[in-house]
Amino acid sequence: MAELITYREAVARALAQEMERDPNVYLIGEDVAAAGGVFKTTPGLLERFGERRVRDTPISEEAIIGAVMGAAMNGLRPVAEIMFSDFLATCWDLVANQIAKTRYMTDGQVALPLVIRTANGGGVRFGAQHSQSLENWAMSVPGLKVVAPSTPKDVIALLAASVRDPDPVIFFEHKGLFASRGEVPDGELVGQLGEASVVRSGPDATILALAAMVPKALQAADELSAQGIEATVVDLRCLVPLDTRTILSAVADTGRVFTVEENPRLCGWGAEVVSIIAEEAFYDLDSPVVRITTDHIPLPASDILEDATIPSVTRIVDTVTRSLD
Amino acid sequence: MNVAVVAGPDLDARLRVYRMMLEARRFEESAHQLFLEGLVKGTTHLGIGQEAVAAGFAAAMRADDLTFCTYRGHNHTLLRDAPPGRLMSELLGRSEGVCGGKGGSMHLTWAPTGAMGSYAIVGAHLPIAVGAAWAAVERGTGQVAVCFFGDGTTNIGAFHEALNLAVVWDLPVVFVCENNLYMEYTPIGSVTAVENPAADRAAAYGLEGLLVDGNDPDAMYETASDALARARRGKGPSLIEAITYRHGGHSRADPGTYRPDEEVRQWLARDPIPMYRARLADAGASEEQLGGIDQSVELWIEAAVEEAKAAPEPSVDSIATEVWADGGSQWRN
Ligand SMILES: Cc1ncc(C[n+]2csc(CCOP(=O)(O)OP(=O)(O)O)c2C)c(N)n1
Ligand SMILES: [Mg+2]
Repeated sequence: MAELITYREAVARALAQEMERDPNVYLIGEDVAAAGGVFKTTPGLLERFGERRVRDTPISEEAIIGAVMGAAMNGLRPVAEIMFSDFLATCWDLVANQIAKTRYMTDGQVALPLVIRTANGGGVRFGAQHSQSLENWAMSVPGLKVVAPSTPKDVIALLAASVRDPDPVIFFEHKGLFASRGEVPDGELVGQLGEASVVRSGPDATILALAAMVPKALQAADELSAQGIEATVVDLRCLVPLDTRTILSAVADTGRVFTVEENPRLCGWGAEVVSIIAEEAFYDLDSPVVRITTDHIPLPASDILEDATIPSVTRIVDTVTRSLD
Repeated sequence: MNVAVVAGPDLDARLRVYRMMLEARRFEESAHQLFLEGLVKGTTHLGIGQEAVAAGFAAAMRADDLTFCTYRGHNHTLLRDAPPGRLMSELLGRSEGVCGGKGGSMHLTWAPTGAMGSYAIVGAHLPIAVGAAWAAVERGTGQVAVCFFGDGTTNIGAFHEALNLAVVWDLPVVFVCENNLYMEYTPIGSVTAVENPAADRAAAYGLEGLLVDGNDPDAMYETASDALARARRGKGPSLIEAITYRHGGHSRADPGTYRPDEEVRQWLARDPIPMYRARLADAGASEEQLGGIDQSVELWIEAAVEEAKAAPEPSVDSIATEVWADGGSQWRN
């Protein structure tokens, strides 16, 4: 049996699944308990697991992240919510200097099994401080695992895997996808971090995408198909660990590669992926790799401006067709 | 009701505290010497002059309590029973170091006995200690988290966030501000809105402002015992300000010349170690007992330094280990 649920419902489903399984899993954050989350990703958890395990915090991002770090050191497997990923800037010391480095700096004495969930990405007209795609911030820091699912099923499977992972995971939930629906099977779902998914296969080009860019890449692939171009679409799902095997094999099969990135141009995840392709699969390429990204600008709020900034289906289609001409 | 009464320590216990302070002092003097010889690279931040805070607390803490301290953390880590030779080895960047040479002077950690890390970004460990205390409550362990930090740390946002959350959640955490009158090279009074950076702010969190003589190990022990007992009874956090002084500079070879001579002279005259030695002699400790400790600590530190100097350099094979829980550093397949 399978059920159609939203991406935001999948978050609560995953957390419930893991909190049911392991009494050491706790959830804290601003407005996560009584209010069920600003994005309504955690409703019902307070009622089901009680006020000790689902707890509202003050507006104290450093205290929230510090608290899950200290708790992970002392026997819990806590999950923190940072309401908007942009707010990670206010607690980046805890994330990048402390959580990411503590196992290494202590030579393995201290383990930090924790998850930081955060609403990421644009397309919702919130402007430059509530819309960023910041997965590349996390990707650039050794010691953090980085997950960004695109479907309800992956939200459940990968959030469960993140909670069970013995290392710190930053879990990016895409704001633009919260209302999207997808099928999820009944029963427990647990995925594997570091596995990309080939969501469409075709011999003419490979489109690499993440989170909200995945449905756009798929739609673009459908439109390209109408023009006789059959593309492979790979949903990376995780940036760390990175499934280079799947990426490189798609490159070998198609010879043409496009990345679709919501982040601003410089140092986006695609830059790293493209450099790996250049080093390891150069002779598989039939044409230059092309990155389709947001311009290197802060995101504007107006719908007209924002839509023209973030990679669109049209831009993907046009870029691929022009390149294949 | 069984009200715990904190008994003052007996002479034996106080002699142990004396020994702890002396061990810390000799450890730091050796660390400084090894730094000047070029064997300790990078930096050191010594706790010479501040030993009474670390010893008073370490003596009062339970074996499973958790310590969080700063880059000025040698005293605290050592006195929570970390192995001295391996601590010194860490300063020398050797493979036997407590962190395998990956931490260094500012990051001494010895988790097996609850020394949960030395934190070098000012303020970071206050919320982390709060989290450890939160887990202690949820798991019903009865542990208390003790968090040591400097006067300068009271001016960073994490201080406020941590104090507020600890109080709101009623957590067993003891915040200990070691007010040594300076943040690096700047007198704390010139950059702080109140005279006592921690105690004067306690009221903002509904806490009592506790000021204690940080050069008096008996006073520190008593204050620590009260705060630990209070935390263990479920009465929540405490904020303690211990007034003390570092004898040397902020770090490395800093001569500390920004401090008035008269101020330095007065504080050196209040050196906690000779003061305590004299007090214990007055309280009935024999010169034989005290001298015995002095001699034994000399042998103890020699052994630690020898162990560190003899310890092997780390293998470069260790560089890419312990990023992840699987022991490795792979980020791709
Ligand atoms: C966030 C941050 N800012 C600045 C520094 C540089 N720094 C290192 S120690 C220090 C002084 C801290 O003073 P205090 O808290 O009084 O501790 P003390 O060194 O006196 O023990 C400063 C400014 C730092 N490590 N972290
Ligand atoms: Mg100071």
